[in-house]
Amino acid sequence: MSAPAADGAALGARLRERDLSAAAAAVNLLESHGEQAREQARALLAELSPAALGGEAPAHVVGVTGPPGAGKSVLLSRLIAGWRARGRSVAVLAVDPSSRRSGGSLLGDRARLEVDPRDRGLFVRSTAAAERFGGLAPGTRATASALAAAFDVVVIETVGVGQSETEIAEVADTVVVVVQPGAGDVLQFLKAGIMEIPDLLVVTKADLGRVATRAVADLRAALRALGAQDTEIVLVSALGSGSGIEELLAALERHRASLDLSARRLAARRAHALADFAAEYGERGLRALGGRREAQRFLAHQDEGLDVGALMRALERRAGLAHG
Amino acid sequence: MTNRPAARLPERDRPWLMRTYAGHSDARRSNELYRRNLAKGQTGLSIAFDLPTQTGYDPDHELARGEVGKVGVSIAHRGDMRQLLEGIPLAQMNTSMTINATAAWLLALYIVAAEEQGAAPGQLQGTTQNDILKEYLSRGTYAFPPGPSMRLTADVIAYTVEHVPRWNPINICSYHLQEAGATPVQEIAYALCNAIAVLDAVRERVPEELMGSVFGRISFFVNAGVRFIEEHAKLRAMAALWDQLGRERYGVQDPKQRRFRYGVQVNSLGLTEAQPENNVYRIALEALAVTLGRSARARAIQLPAWNEALGLPRPWDQQWSLRLQQILAYETDLLEYPDIFEGSKVMDALVAELLEGARAEMARVGELGGAVEAVDYMKAALVSSHRERLRRIEAGEQVVVGVNRFTESEPSPLTAGADGGILVVDERVERERREQLGRWRAQRDGAAVRRALAELAAAAREESRNIMPATIAAARAGATTGEWAQTLREVFGSYRAPTGVAEAVAIADGQLAELREQVEHISDALGRRLKFLVGKPGLDGHSNGAEQIAVRARDAGMDVVYEGIRLTPAQIAASAVQEGVHAIGLSILSGSHRELVPAVLEELRAAGAGELPVVVGGIIPEADAQALREAGVAAVYTPKDWEVNVMLRDIVQLVAARAGLGSPTRA
Repeated sequence: MSAPAADGAALGARLRERDLSAAAAAVNLLESHGEQAREQARALLAELSPAALGGEAPAHVVGVTGPPGAGKSVLLSRLIAGWRARGRSVAVLAVDPSSRRSGGSLLGDRARLEVDPRDRGLFVRSTAAAERFGGLAPGTRATASALAAAFDVVVIETVGVGQSETEIAEVADTVVVVVQPGAGDVLQFLKAGIMEIPDLLVVTKADLGRVATRAVADLRAALRALGAQDTEIVLVSALGSGSGIEELLAALERHRASLDLSARRLAARRAHALADFAAEYGERGLRALGGRREAQRFLAHQDEGLDVGALMRALERRAGLAHG
Repeated sequence: MTNRPAARLPERDRPWLMRTYAGHSDARRSNELYRRNLAKGQTGLSIAFDLPTQTGYDPDHELARGEVGKVGVSIAHRGDMRQLLEGIPLAQMNTSMTINATAAWLLALYIVAAEEQGAAPGQLQGTTQNDILKEYLSRGTYAFPPGPSMRLTADVIAYTVEHVPRWNPINICSYHLQEAGATPVQEIAYALCNAIAVLDAVRERVPEELMGSVFGRISFFVNAGVRFIEEHAKLRAMAALWDQLGRERYGVQDPKQRRFRYGVQVNSLGLTEAQPENNVYRIALEALAVTLGRSARARAIQLPAWNEALGLPRPWDQQWSLRLQQILAYETDLLEYPDIFEGSKVMDALVAELLEGARAEMARVGELGGAVEAVDYMKAALVSSHRERLRRIEAGEQVVVGVNRFTESEPSPLTAGADGGILVVDERVERERREQLGRWRAQRDGAAVRRALAELAAAAREESRNIMPATIAAARAGATTGEWAQTLREVFGSYRAPTGVAEAVAIADGQLAELREQVEHISDALGRRLKFLVGKPGLDGHSNGAEQIAVRARDAGMDVVYEGIRLTPAQIAASAVQEGVHAIGLSILSGSHRELVPAVLEELRAAGAGELPVVVGGIIPEADAQALREAGVAAVYTPKDWEVNVMLRDIVQLVAARAGLGSPTRA
């Protein structure tokens, strides 16, 4: 006996109408397993496809990542306050790096955000990370793109350095890497090319003074050597009155304005569909498509208004795996 | 011929300081209690503050709701402190204050109250607990991040060594480590690592020649469990390590300054709700652990009351505990002998074993960079030890009389009274306190307070300045506890301590298999993994129980949302809705369940999640449990419900029933 699955199309329609109170139920559905639930989830996402929305989802999807202890939570609390003060609704997907063990998990990061719990314009959801360190859980991309239809800002927060930015880049419009002065890991990873160059670098704990300005100088030198001198670096302090937060908000706006949003989102949807396909069917599935390259070429020829589910079904048909 | 060692001391020893950890409601009611206790032969004071005072909130702050005057007295300003100590000559009294995050502030209020009585700082004797690290590890009444907190601790020490020379500025607490599940080895090692962190911080703030006096003023606050022989050995081991530390690390020459001085409150963790009268024997045996051997005897003792697992003790319960101390000191021959374990091979071997273990564990913490850096490691180690202890009790490997063996009992006449055998704090206290505070704010010189707080902020920003002079000035000006702490929060930032649960490794537990299957079954039926929120509303920092449940639920396969302590009802409701949980468990040990649980239910209804099943665990008298069930709580658990698996099975069934899925056990 199972519990009946929620009505996906209705939830999708509510999100499209920007009814924020539908967010929790929508995410519950997107996290659900079982044939019936997955069908409803597909119906939900179909309501939010670019075709159904008449364009790209309006939110600014921001990925925030960085090593543990870099000050992400305090920074994020400040950013949320800044967005809310501007009247913008915010959804945060906090990917908890901590354990998934024996099937269960412990999620405990949301309390680190200092926010008003009665604020209905803010939604925070924690999700367990994937098995790989720094990876996104399977449902996170779908959740992010669904919430992007209803909220003004969607933040995906992950912990890590080296791999997490790559995956976040496939779903976020803007990737922000948070760096703590004095900890050289990000600098080393950048120099070694292990880490992709983010859209924005934030150096926290500006109150440390010289150590912090030194960190900015080091990062700038590294970016110049990599030919990425245009990447902005913002120095912030979350203590006291919070210096640098306004600058960071402005830098985020600038980056978003400079984007070819539909191209980036389109690329993200196609990457997402391929990742879902690979997760479902593995290497054998990819071989049936003629390899990853061939699959990408195939996707590039699909209609631009298709959502991830529709792209996935196209891949399945192509590989001869379609269910009826 | 007369080489025989003396069997008796030439003169009977003086007894230790006898105290009772006491205080509740407001200054007036607590002052009456103190005077009565002193009249009964108590020789020192031990002040219990309420949680808002301990964490730096005024009685009218949102987080103070339900907590005002509950586990101790509410003290917001110098007027309260004056009333608390009225008629008690502070030049003669020896006062212990269980105060940590806000120790600098309460000490300042004490100094100002003494000043008003005409007692000089040089005359004051007593102790501020002032040990912040264990607040992150187990007790939870921290206010600021570790770095600035250590600085405040060091400031209090540096200030008192110079200006209040007879004061013990810090009590390094191993007590709460044992309450959090520490083994004797962990208790010794972590307490001493903590002491090292404190001493290193002070070393940077006082002239080198003062380090001997600093070392000599550091005292400990230890625990003693019912395994009283091993517990005594533990204290001897601590004394040996302390002496060595003074000699080798800090170059303290004077052996008197290297003496291990400690006060004690014996174990509360082992006190049971079932057959609570048995606790009297446990307490007596534990008192022997800290008094038997003269060379490691406590300087000051406070004993818990028999009914601590039921609720707050009444004055009569505390009197019963004080009489135990007096019988031990005055009726028995305990104080007539030199150290009775000297030359005991068994005792020496036990001590050596503990020393070896403790040194190894200290080295591990040292490798991590010391106690401040190793908070996460130590916290996770304690959660694991506590889990192992619970497992042994559940498996019957560790016997607890009246709990997992010999459980048959006649009805107890001790709990038959109308009050259920406990003290109930007057409901009106919180409102009275808010009104009193309003009047205080209205009659004081507001401009002077603002100036004093601005000066305090300036002192806080300047790392090299001692915080005490500006703190004392703010106390004199009439600032409040909440204002003092808020000023510092703005400079230092606020902080949430690690919960230690994520790191706790899963233990192999055969008993869990059945539960795990039920969780899988219902998760399949629900369509997603059973998600359970464990919440600690209010200011109560005793998170051990909540942590154990969170870890076990995770091990049983649930997705568990556990965000640590100090959540408002609104935060819990928002988490429950946004996280999409299927059930909620609340843990409250501070007695504030009557206010906080209905507040959570109300917030849930307001957030459209009134139908979520809520269970509550804590020290909850039966009469209150009944009221909570009537208010909509699905189940209430108290210390007698010690089987975590049973509790989790109930959760599974509640969720199944709500989803209309029938009983998963019959599936």
